[in-house]
Amino acid sequence: MMEIKDILKPENLVYGKSKVLTDTIMHYCPGCTHGVIHKILAELIEEMGIQEKAVGVAPVGCAVFAYNYIDVDWQEAAHGRAPALATGIVRLNPDKFVFTYQGDGDLASIGAGEIIHACNRGENILVIFINNGIYGMTGGQMAPTTLENMVTSTTPFGRDVEMNGYPLKMTDLVAQLPGTSYVTRQSAQTPAAVRKCKRALKKGIQNVLDKKGTSFIEVVSTCNSGWKMTPVQANKWMEDHMFPYYPLGDMKDCEKEKPVEKN
Amino acid sequence: MGELRLMKGNEVLAEAAIRCGCDGYFGYPITPQSEVMETLMERQPWNETGMVVLQAESEVAAINMVYGAAGTGKKVMTSSSSPGVSLMLEGISYIAGAELPCLIVNVQRGGPGLGTIQPSQADYFQAVKGGGHGDYKLIVLAPSSVQEMNDFVDLAFELAFKYRNPAMILTDGALGQMMEKVELSDYKKRWTENEIAEKWGSWATTGKPSSRNRNIITSLELDSCKMEMNNRRFQEKYRQMEVEEQRYEMFSCDDAEYILIAFGTSARVCQKATEIARNKGIAVGLLRPITLFPFPAKIIGELAPKVKGFLTVEMNAGQMVEDVKQAVYEAGCTRRVEFYGRMGGIIPSPGEVVEAIERNFL
Repeated sequence: MMEIKDILKPENLVYGKSKVLTDTIMHYCPGCTHGVIHKILAELIEEMGIQEKAVGVAPVGCAVFAYNYIDVDWQEAAHGRAPALATGIVRLNPDKFVFTYQGDGDLASIGAGEIIHACNRGENILVIFINNGIYGMTGGQMAPTTLENMVTSTTPFGRDVEMNGYPLKMTDLVAQLPGTSYVTRQSAQTPAAVRKCKRALKKGIQNVLDKKGTSFIEVVSTCNSGWKMTPVQANKWMEDHMFPYYPLGDMKDCEKEKPVEKN
Repeated sequence: MGELRLMKGNEVLAEAAIRCGCDGYFGYPITPQSEVMETLMERQPWNETGMVVLQAESEVAAINMVYGAAGTGKKVMTSSSSPGVSLMLEGISYIAGAELPCLIVNVQRGGPGLGTIQPSQADYFQAVKGGGHGDYKLIVLAPSSVQEMNDFVDLAFELAFKYRNPAMILTDGALGQMMEKVELSDYKKRWTENEIAEKWGSWATTGKPSSRNRNIITSLELDSCKMEMNNRRFQEKYRQMEVEEQRYEMFSCDDAEYILIAFGTSARVCQKATEIARNKGIAVGLLRPITLFPFPAKIIGELAPKVKGFLTVEMNAGQMVEDVKQAVYEAGCTRRVEFYGRMGGIIPSPGEVVEAIERNFL
């Protein structure tokens, strides 16, 4: 029988961890897809040879420590303000690849103003929007994206739309804005979905490198800890409940008539 | 001799920014400082020096654009007036916590709340004591003429980069709107990408070359022992500023029995009050703090034993007077420190100040 040590040889290597992904152990809960999305982003940064150009902006939320995992220069924003930081960075450094990585509490609630205006100005940035319908880091409170009747720690009897309004579809909103060039909604719960998500991220990055304006990629995700489910249950629940309200697919993919003039 | 012009204080702030090699301005309109961004947009410095000017959707966004751009090692600034600066405090705290240099201008108006659009000095505490959350300090410069509105832009950037700390020009609506003769500064070149990499490559997020580790701009540190160490480092920096950067100006203090202490617009009023009092035979002098943080406590301590009393004059309910009292106390003195102020956008007259001297001391 073949020993493990006989198999672990460079010539047998079919897959490896991207060099742009650091060796730091991730703090994410088991079952969370933040790690998967970090991984494909790191792979793309390596494959597309843009490590030296990349400046990431981390959010407040579960991905607050994204800067520990992806080996590029990073800035840590205040809650919701990542698109404003990214604007400042890219306006003064137009040849950098600037991206934000934000959750739904960060982007759709406290940072709703900043993201709308950054997209409306067509800032030449990539926005990665992780939507799991809940505040994960603070312990599972209602987010603007929380589904109707969904139980969270601040909606213990389910989200009452009379009281809290309806789940906010940010991606549909930003797709309406002329500044965005590519707007899509993806997921990362199966190998096929991950591959598709990676293709979408690649397109978004390429658009930024081509100075086409804002690319906005939502990844519908789970929070099995906050949802009080096993990872498998959470994936099933996402497919059954999140996908009908947040349907996957490209919402906008246009060559802009002309890039927004930068002064 | 540089170029002489007759200009408004707000216009001069914009002109000085362009000339000192500023890379970017992000702002939001608010009275009485809107001429800063208007002048910049009119001047179109992006065609001349490459300076970027952008109108943000809010003061919150503006200060965070400053935060992002400052993180890349660029010279960036914003300006606003009191209510707008209140909105910026979250971002200012982050910038101080991340130890980034930048310039914030507060052309103060009367508060609280929406208040008035008339000049005020009621944001003194907010400017010099921190203002936002956490233990931090800004370097605070208080111009009292349109000329100083010009000169302090470059000085603020110099100090901000020297200490890797946000700097503030704390002025008011009177100085912003006032026209005076000003000698403009000569043009300085903006730093090139290579110069930035060389000067600030140890922290600026300019993109990670293979030759260095990634740079991370953050104020977050969950380990409280490490966070305390960060705070100790900040405090050491603030103490160093107190040793090296106290700036002030004195008028007729040599033989003064009573000393007025005032900054900015109220210092101009007090200079006239000093003349009037001298003509009446009262030996009055004026100490004008130029840096409000670090506060010029040392000179106050030196003057205290030589005088009979201090009168602090401010356009607020009495804020800097607390720092004057502290400085006198720390000098081991028991001199009287009195206060005269007007609020809500009123500028005191020199006559009122002389009356206050007579009422308090004679």
